[in-house]
Order: sequence, then structure tokens, then C-alpha cells
Amino acid sequence: SEPPQHGPEQNGQPPAARPPRVVETEEDEEEELTLKYGAKHVIMLFVPVTLCMVVVVATIKSVSFYTQNDGQRLIYTPFPEDTDTVGQRALNSILNATIMITVIIVMTLVLVLLYKYRCYKVIQGWLFLSSLLLLFFFSYIYLNEVLKTYNLAMDYFTLAIIIWNFGVVGMMCIHWKGPLRLQQAYLIMISALMALVFIKYLPEWTAWLILAVISVYDLLAVLCPKGPLRILVETAQERNEPIFPALIYSSTMVWIVNMADTEWPPKRNSTEAAPPQQESQEVVTFPTDDGGFSSTWVNQQQHQLGPLQSTEQTRREIQELPSARPPAEDDDEERGVKLGLGDFIFYSMLVGKASATASGDWNTTLACFVAILIGLCLTLLLLAIFKKALPALPISIFFGLVFYFATDNLVQPFMDQLALHQFYI
Amino acid sequence: MTASVFFGCTFIAFGPAIALFLFTIAREPLRVIFLIAGAFFWLVSLLLASLVWFISVQISNKDSAAQQKGLLVFGVVLSVLLQEAFRFAYYKLLKKANEGLLTLSQEETMPISIRQLAYVSGLGFGFMSGAFSVVNILADSVGPGTIGIHGDSQHYFLSSAFMTMAIILLHMFWGVVFFDGCEKQRWWAVAAVVASHLIVSCLTFQNPEYVGSLVPTYVILFLMGVWAFYAAGGSLRNLKLCLTCKDKDFLLANHRPR
Repeated sequence: SEPPQHGPEQNGQPPAARPPRVVETEEDEEEELTLKYGAKHVIMLFVPVTLCMVVVVATIKSVSFYTQNDGQRLIYTPFPEDTDTVGQRALNSILNATIMITVIIVMTLVLVLLYKYRCYKVIQGWLFLSSLLLLFFFSYIYLNEVLKTYNLAMDYFTLAIIIWNFGVVGMMCIHWKGPLRLQQAYLIMISALMALVFIKYLPEWTAWLILAVISVYDLLAVLCPKGPLRILVETAQERNEPIFPALIYSSTMVWIVNMADTEWPPKRNSTEAAPPQQESQEVVTFPTDDGGFSSTWVNQQQHQLGPLQSTEQTRREIQELPSARPPAEDDDEERGVKLGLGDFIFYSMLVGKASATASGDWNTTLACFVAILIGLCLTLLLLAIFKKALPALPISIFFGLVFYFATDNLVQPFMDQLALHQFYI
Repeated sequence: MTASVFFGCTFIAFGPAIALFLFTIAREPLRVIFLIAGAFFWLVSLLLASLVWFISVQISNKDSAAQQKGLLVFGVVLSVLLQEAFRFAYYKLLKKANEGLLTLSQEETMPISIRQLAYVSGLGFGFMSGAFSVVNILADSVGPGTIGIHGDSQHYFLSSAFMTMAIILLHMFWGVVFFDGCEKQRWWAVAAVVASHLIVSCLTFQNPEYVGSLVPTYVILFLMGVWAFYAAGGSLRNLKLCLTCKDKDFLLANHRPR
């Protein structure tokens, strides 16, 4: 029987813990199928990242609430940006970004400490509370604003029923069990909600600075030997347990194989806390136990072999049989790939901010979108080469920022002039 | 104006390209990745061209309209040349990557052929080029307004849409012919692609005399299409087999009964 195999994982959100580590795989099989399945994994991440960005951009473009400046700020960014001089504004934004990143570092350290001293209940409760806040409170505000924008009337009873159902199903999908697609959809939605909150409440220069600084922090936290996230990963490995749930989006289920004694919750999610709390929280999630067989495969098998049933017991028995067959192709397909929700949030925040504030408007949005996707592609390529947890933010955010400023200031005037004369390049 | 113009122009401009994407590229992850990489390369070429244009504008006389127009023409020509240069760079990169992957994997055939890469990269260039040309115009067409109220042409949106469609398809054909020319070391083919791209761009200088710019563009589109068809290995015989659903290789590859 084969040990459970995990595809390379990575995530990059700042204060969250890292996913379970990669298990060694055979070099030959890997390389043979690397390209095809590597590409498949890349697309499996492209789609949700694109969806999240589309939701954020669509909201920004239609609901004006998220681009209005009400004068409200988060407590983490107390310095205003509507100052008299440019120098003062720059100083304020630097101070804001410093405060924010300090808060994040402190939160990460608290998380690592809690994990080290085995205060799992505290972390779980924390995560539970924060996802509660996101799923109920922020989605209520979102629905409110959408209804206002389209001038639709809805009574409080209907609203209560809708929000209640949305929230409870969300909590169940994220913290317990739920259909994979629904779980993925909820993760995308809460990432989008969080990104929208950031877009609304972070003043402009602060937002760009925070993006830049967080990428650097992510790089350091994951790769440096003393980085908090690396410590987290190594502690989890020492204890030989899966890393305490981090907010992770995962593209497939994993085989629940022959590990009777070790707890193996393969999918975990954590949520970035709401602005008032800004804590990183983690949530455990267990996928439905279909053993990794996709429904199409099961249908096909049933068609060919007659009805079959796969339970954990039968699978365990089968896997205990000595088998000379080569590792099934399906293994690679079912491995899936994971991306932290923090990455979703910051990617969408970048693209959302680009669509909200750029003078190039759609050109800039498109450019940032393509840049982020290419960055993600490169990150996954590095992941396939190095086969260890990597930060997903730096490359994408770097490309995104470069293309935002370059497109907004250089390409936009050029394209504008071309459109004016209707020249085509 | 508004919804009907918006949807009409969007479908005119992007219809063929999206159909091509959905039917031939969307199901293959590798092709999607190379499409997006192609779009990225086009974007970088545009960035460089804009940078040069921007610098030249800053050091020029901003009041002289003739000079500004001259600089714009220079910008267009430079952008076209840079796009083709980046197409060549992308070709080189793909060749290297393909060779690397071939040595790395145990398989004997590459998972994606250079012809498919030519098609996909050309379409990637086309998508990005078309999107950058027309998306802002489409966004404006949703809102209120009257086209050409100051005496400009009333067919602005429609002609933009048609031009964009032509450009996207042209990029795809150019990609195929370009890569084919590079593969077979036929540098005259490569030069022809660059020349036709320049011609198409320079034809647009005549806008808003759309007859002068759109009609020759479509003629060039048709010619390039035929050339790309033959460069990709097509022939009249293949075409006949394909249209009468008797092409065995194609059917086998797509698991369809005859």
C-alpha cells in the first residue's frame, strides 16, 4: 500500500499557518507526469483566483459603497491621507503601513506561540468567531449595499432568513463537511468580502505600501529559518501532525488512506479576521468522505463493472493487498493543490484597487489581472521545482504593482491618444 | 447607444476569438497557460513602447499638434516592431522550454506541438491587443451619450469593433505564419508578417475614413488566413475531409464516432 501522497502545497497569507508538508515522491513518476498535471494544477488555481477577482471588480464597478470615502478608517490605520502636503501624506501612509504590518507580525507570533503551547481550543474558537463575523455581518452589509444600489426593496424577515441560511451553511461548509464546490464557493466569497473591506477602508497610498510590505514579509516569514511561519511548519512536522488549520483553498479532496491512528484532516481553512480584530484564525474542515473518487469516475466504473461501493473499510483492505501495479494516474489528478486565502484576498485587493482608482480603468485592471496570473504561474513552477512550501504573494504582487503603476502612468496616455485618433497597433 | 450597442460591439469584436478559445483551448490547461503567457508578452512589449513614447513626449514641444501626431505615428510603428520582436522572443523561449521539457520527461513526444503553440500564442497576443484597444470604448458605450455629436464619425463604435475583430484574428494568423517561418528558417515569411502588421497599423492612420482602413485590413486578413491555413498543414483535401466529417485522424483524436 502506498503512503498518502500530497502534491506540493503553498500558501502565502501573512499571519496564518502553513499546510501539511509535502511527502517525498518518486522522482521518475513526478517528472513524467509533471508537465501535464502541473498545468492542470495551475488551471485549478487560476479559475478560483479569477472568480474572486471578477466578483471583487464587479462589485467595485457597480456598488459605489466600496469606493466611497466616508472618512472612516480602521483602527490599524489611524493616520489620515487627506493632508495638505505630499510629504505629510507619504509619512502618514508609511506610519499606517508600519502599524498594520506590526499588528500582523504580532498576530502571527501569538498564533505560533499558541500552537507551540498546544492551545488548540483557543485558536479554533478564534477562527470560529472570525468566520462567523465574515459570514454574517459582512455579508449582511454587502447584501444591504447591493440592494441599495439596485433600489430593490426587501423586508427584514426575508433578509434575516437569507443571511441566516447563507451564514449557517457557510459555517458548516468551512468548519465541518460540505460539498467541495460549495466549500470552494464559500471560500471565494469570504475572500472577496475581505478584499472589499480592505479596499474600502485602506487609504490609497497605505494600501499600495501594505501590499508591497506584506509580500516582503511573506517572503521572509516563509523562507527564513527563523521566520514564524517556518517555525510553525517545523513544529508541526516534529509533532508529526498536520499543521493546524490554516486558511487554505484546496482544489480537490485527498485520499483518506490507511492511517487509522493518525488524524488526517486534509483540508483546512483559516480566515483573516475582520478589521476590528485583525487576527488570523484557523478552521478545520473535513471534506466529504468519498475517498477521492470523483463522481464521473465512479459512474464510469459502475457502468463498466456494476455498482460498487467504496468505504473507508474497503479501501483500507484493498490498499493492504500487495500490489504490483504502478501508481495510478488518478493519484496525481486527485492530489490537488492548495493556496492560502490570504493570497486570494491580496490578489483581489490589488485588482480591485486597480479598477477603483486607476485612470486607465479597464486597461489597468486587465494588465494587473494578467500580471497576477503570470506571477501565480511562475510561483507554481518554482513550487514544482523546489517541492516545498513557498510564499505565493511576492512574485504576483510584485508583477501586479509594477504593471499597475506602469500601465496607469505610461500605457494609459498612449492608449488614450491612440483611441482618440482611432489608430491601431 | 447603451445595451444594444455594447453587446453588439462586444460580440463583434470578441465573438470569433471567444469561440476559438472555448472550443479549442479552454479544455487544455497547457494551452490556457501559454495563451496567458502570450498575452503577458504582448503586454510587456506595449509597456516598453509606451515608455519610449512617453519619454519622447515629455522632451518634445507639447503645444505643437503636428509634432504630437508625428510622435504618435512614431509610437505606433515602434509598438508594432516591438510586438513582433517579443513574438520572436516568445518563440525562442518556447523552443528552449520545449527542448528542456523533452529532455526532462521520459515521453518521446512533446505534450504540445510548436504549431499548437504558434496558434495559442498568436491568439494570446490577439486577445490582449484587442482587449486593450476596445475595452474602454465598450465601457463607454454602455453609458449615455451621442456618438459624433461634434461632427465626428457616427460609426466609431462599430468600426472599432470590426477593426478589433480583424486585429485579433490577424494576430492569430501572424503567430502561425511567424512561428512556421522561424521553424523552417524562412526569414522572408517573418519579414512578410512584420510588413503586413505595419501595413495594417498604418492603414488605420486614415481613420475615420473607414473604407480606406477597414476594407484593405479585411483583405489582408483573408490573405493571411489562407497563408496560415497552408502553413499549418492544411490543404484543400484536408478541408474537404473535415467539412464532410470524414477526417479519421481528427475524429479519432476527439473520440467521436464517424
